Amino acid sequence: MKTHKSTDEQHSGETRMPVAACFQRNAERVASHRCRVAEHRWVNDRYKYLRLTAQADFAGTTKPGQFYQLRCPTTDSAQPFLLRPMSVYGVGPEAGAIEFLYNVTGLGTKALATLEVGGHMDIVGPLGNTFILEPGYQRIMVLARGVGLATMAPLLRHAAAAGIRTTAILSARAPKDLMRDEFLRGTEASVHCAYDSDGSSSVEAVEALIRRLLAAEHHDVAYTCGSHRLLMLLQRVLQDHPATRGEVAMEQRMACGMGVCLSCVRLFDSEGDKQFLRVCREGPVFPIRNVVGEVEFG
Amino acid sequence: MADLNVRVGEVKLRNPVMPASGCFAIEYAEALDFNKLGALVVKSVSPKTRAGNPTPRVAECCSAMINSIGIPSKGLAYYRRELLPPYTRFDTPVVVSISADTVDEFAEAVAEMSLPQVAVIEANISCPNLEQDGMAFAMTPETTYKVMSAICRRTEHPVWAKLTPNASHIAAVAKAAEEAGAHALVMGNTVLGMSIDVRTRRPKLGNVMGGLSGPAIKPIAVRMVHQCHRSVRIPIIGCGGISNADDVVEFMLAGASAVQVGTASFLDPGVMQKIIDALHVYCDETGVEAIRDLTGQVKLDRQLSDRWLRFAQQSG
Repeated sequence: MKTHKSTDEQHSGETRMPVAACFQRNAERVASHRCRVAEHRWVNDRYKYLRLTAQADFAGTTKPGQFYQLRCPTTDSAQPFLLRPMSVYGVGPEAGAIEFLYNVTGLGTKALATLEVGGHMDIVGPLGNTFILEPGYQRIMVLARGVGLATMAPLLRHAAAAGIRTTAILSARAPKDLMRDEFLRGTEASVHCAYDSDGSSSVEAVEALIRRLLAAEHHDVAYTCGSHRLLMLLQRVLQDHPATRGEVAMEQRMACGMGVCLSCVRLFDSEGDKQFLRVCREGPVFPIRNVVGEVEFG
Repeated sequence: MADLNVRVGEVKLRNPVMPASGCFAIEYAEALDFNKLGALVVKSVSPKTRAGNPTPRVAECCSAMINSIGIPSKGLAYYRRELLPPYTRFDTPVVVSISADTVDEFAEAVAEMSLPQVAVIEANISCPNLEQDGMAFAMTPETTYKVMSAICRRTEHPVWAKLTPNASHIAAVAKAAEEAGAHALVMGNTVLGMSIDVRTRRPKLGNVMGGLSGPAIKPIAVRMVHQCHRSVRIPIIGCGGISNADDVVEFMLAGASAVQVGTASFLDPGVMQKIIDALHVYCDETGVEAIRDLTGQVKLDRQLSDRWLRFAQQSG
């Protein structure tokens, strides 16, 4: 238990730290970063794009699926107290640039939406685990709806850079809500769109589409985020495709975002057992097959 | 550089800043150097296995948050084998926080956790989330005395009693803990509260009621530290809404020998180090050579009321 030395090693970065083995380390270092607002604009009626810059290596340290906690500004009508977890929409090209794409919906995001270019905000991260994208993959499937599209956008870039082909299924209320260009960001993908407005986003229709696509060509993995309904659908379909892995990025009400407060638990199948896991630490990305189709507790 | 060393009874700390139980875990090693904190306080463990309370377990309020986590626990053996060892690898005293349902269970758990690698036992006799209607041992002097004396009989370790701001007569509760043998008081835990979503008409917490924490409760905690300080001789650790160095100084002036930082870490996981750095700045700027000299040094004018009464007599 003597230890000055072992902990000096821990912070030198040279040696593997003794603490690393005893918890799931998601980042070498987590800190609160003071950021400047470089860009902030509406992309449609409900979503805003936010670009922040700081003296930090966001691009080098942030991996697809990870999130940051945002200290949203306070306004006359809103004083958000807790930080707001938000998945990363993109990083770079410069090291200190990070992007978010968010739905202006609650107290925190409404306050966030008032942030002006040139203003400042603190963000804490990087947090959470990451999507697994193996270099040997040939083709991946992404199934996105709503804000899930921001979470999975970094995957498309990484897949494209690794020469992995992408099948993208985008679901939205109506064509004007789709954000197809925001999702693809210039990457190549075979894209299938589904809308509530014409019924093509119904569970039956999307299930038929996914089954057709998976039957036509092997997909190494299917990712989803943004809809519990689509998650349950994908879990069902993947039962018939044991060679296709499945991953989902999940949400839950959080406080600390680092696995400390135990607020954000959900139930998962884990090593033959059912266990409460922390969405912020063991997640936000989980194997789709491990998700317990729970009653929604909020 | 000022001397930040403090003592809580026989326990020496390199500075007065330690985490509050439940707001700290090994994962903060990603954001903090544990060798620079005053102590490491591990989240409460209960001898009984608990799944914890229903979600949502947390909601936000004005300058505060409300939580009802419910002390998820896999029991003492698991805690000893899996959870505790990582904390004992640092050159910083480890405080093990324990919670239990009955006096016997509590004393037994404290005896079992009084390990050589543990510096202090914190008896969490004040969790508002476990009992019906927020009842806890520390709600009354009688139950406080009963559980603390049973605990202190079973251990040679220093025992800190974590009290609750929900008690109506805190001086009496503090006195009971002291008489039962507590080495120090932690004042205090969260304030029992409730919050309702007016759109859905549902409570914001799965457990309906929960503990309020954050800057909103700080004046309550400062007042209670002051009341405890007037009532007991044992040291007090202040806790409740501390988010910067000025808050630490305020608690020390009210009578605290050290402090615990809780909710503030959720807003910045590195905040405890920033507070320690800022305490050096405060001491340098105000000419404080040893921070321990601040304890209880609030300037009270005991004749003020009398002078005011005489002065006020001039009015019609």
